[in-house]
Amino acid sequence: MEINITRRQGDFLVDAAFAGPESGITALFGPSGAGKTSLINMVAGLMRPDAGRISVNGLCLFDSSSRTDLPPEKRRIGYVFQDGRLLPHISVRANLTYGMHLTPADRRFVNFAAVVELLGIGHLLNRRPAQLSGGENQRVAIGRALLTSPAMLLMDEPLASLDASRKSELLPFIMRLSHEYAIPILYVSHIMDEILNLADRLVIMDRGHVVAFGDLDDLLSKPELQTHLGKEDYGSVISTVVDDPLDASGLTRLRFDDHLLKVPPMSAGRGAPIRVRISARNVAVALQAPSKTSFQNIFPGNVEQIIDHGESYVDLRLDIGCILWARITRQSFSDLHLKTGQPVFALIKSVAASFGAVIGDNAYWHSRIL
Amino acid sequence: MHFWHLTDVEIEALRLSLWVSGWAVAVSLPIGILVAWVLARLRFPGKNLLDGLVHLPLVLPPVVTGYLLLVLLGRNGLIGAALYKYLGVVLAFNWKGAVLAAAVMSFPLLVRAVRLSLESVDQGLEAAARTLGAGPVRVFFTVTLPLTIPGIITGLILAFARSLGEFGATITFVSNIRGQTQTLPLALYTLTQVPDGEIGAMRLCILSVLIAMAALVCSEILARRFAARVRG
Repeated sequence: MEINITRRQGDFLVDAAFAGPESGITALFGPSGAGKTSLINMVAGLMRPDAGRISVNGLCLFDSSSRTDLPPEKRRIGYVFQDGRLLPHISVRANLTYGMHLTPADRRFVNFAAVVELLGIGHLLNRRPAQLSGGENQRVAIGRALLTSPAMLLMDEPLASLDASRKSELLPFIMRLSHEYAIPILYVSHIMDEILNLADRLVIMDRGHVVAFGDLDDLLSKPELQTHLGKEDYGSVISTVVDDPLDASGLTRLRFDDHLLKVPPMSAGRGAPIRVRISARNVAVALQAPSKTSFQNIFPGNVEQIIDHGESYVDLRLDIGCILWARITRQSFSDLHLKTGQPVFALIKSVAASFGAVIGDNAYWHSRIL
Repeated sequence: MHFWHLTDVEIEALRLSLWVSGWAVAVSLPIGILVAWVLARLRFPGKNLLDGLVHLPLVLPPVVTGYLLLVLLGRNGLIGAALYKYLGVVLAFNWKGAVLAAAVMSFPLLVRAVRLSLESVDQGLEAAARTLGAGPVRVFFTVTLPLTIPGIITGLILAFARSLGEFGATITFVSNIRGQTQTLPLALYTLTQVPDGEIGAMRLCILSVLIAMAALVCSEILARRFAARVRG
């Protein structure tokens, strides 16, 4: 997929360019108003760029230089909207088959029965959309888009309107999509947790521009990108493998570099790769190794950088063999007399972790220490 | 004479009224939906002019509208003459003219109701249908139109009732000819102009009320049935 477009909307300029392989899940991340939805609307053909080029799977969808502008119905792009947008006057079954019947039979590679089975919506087929719960609504919306056998799926915060339990119910479905159907997905979200669970690649947008794009693990460890992840989301991503699924203390032990990280028990096999995100708010620092503490994880390291936002807290970039961000209060900062290069101990509290489901062999378990 | 037994004049007037109103609504419905769609969805220079033109019969005295129709579409009128010369169509002083008068007078009510309904259709649903592979025409007929049905029902009933009651434009444009253009209101008016006509006028009055009530009940049933379909 190759996207390079500009569009002016009043004072707001969307000027975005990125390219990536046509596989897996690419997350489009950024704060509200970053232009994410505008961008995918242009990919879908629902909004017209002023200039540029969009191509997917080698098919040129839009090119201002050759005056190419395929209408949405010719683009073969499935779109799952934030609010579902099921047609209210027809049944769930008719919603699912609406696009399928418009796809020429020789182009269909998605089977109706298989999608109904995958999404678990068999018992809903004869209902009207108004009778569906939020989660069911989104599952039908995903099925409807999938059944057009699209070259790519766009998902615009499909989980945003759902509560936490519905979200965790739907995440595994989305993960399975890209694996079972090999349809590339462009997934818009401003929730880092969702992206950690789903994405292979990341495109970070801010104020209409693409700030960075690339492999998720690479991008998230780059310190210069931390500011784009939002002040609340300041944190570190660490790739680990399971060292011991259940150690003597009843916790799961993860290994990274020469360190062991203890997290609440999870049912993953020894050696399984796990992506861990540690929010800066959950990392404390001490000048000496504390002898009696509730912190399960204590790592020695150095202060590499001090970032003062001019607010009540200060962010520290610590080097513990890898990068670890810590957020401490301004009061503690001046009490400890911290300077760059100073040796410290990083304390990580082991609390609850949220993670998705395992699919196939090459799947990740993503986990976040809250 | 038995109370329930309708006289020939009454039957004629009733049949003509239903016939004229039915045709008026049938003719103006497709045009009304098109105009409503244009007004609801398009932006173009002269839109206010079109909007004003559509609403003109609502604000003009009906007699003025009827007179304008006569001037334009009478056999020697600007358009009427051409219609007669090339198509052999005569509108003045026959039931077709009554249909036209009723259609013109009820048109704004139809357009207003359909337009309101069109404007409340979520365009996001239309966009969704486009991404599912439907072209604009298919989207109109499978998404927009079905979701506009409540407004269309309302518009139809309003237009039908307005057509049944049409008097001023009709009598001016096509006159009051029994069996040709004498609809219920015109027959009622005629009866009020003759001695001993009171009972006949009252009978026609009751008949008009019954038809209007029946139309309202029909629209209510249709609207409920549609709402139930969407709710499931």
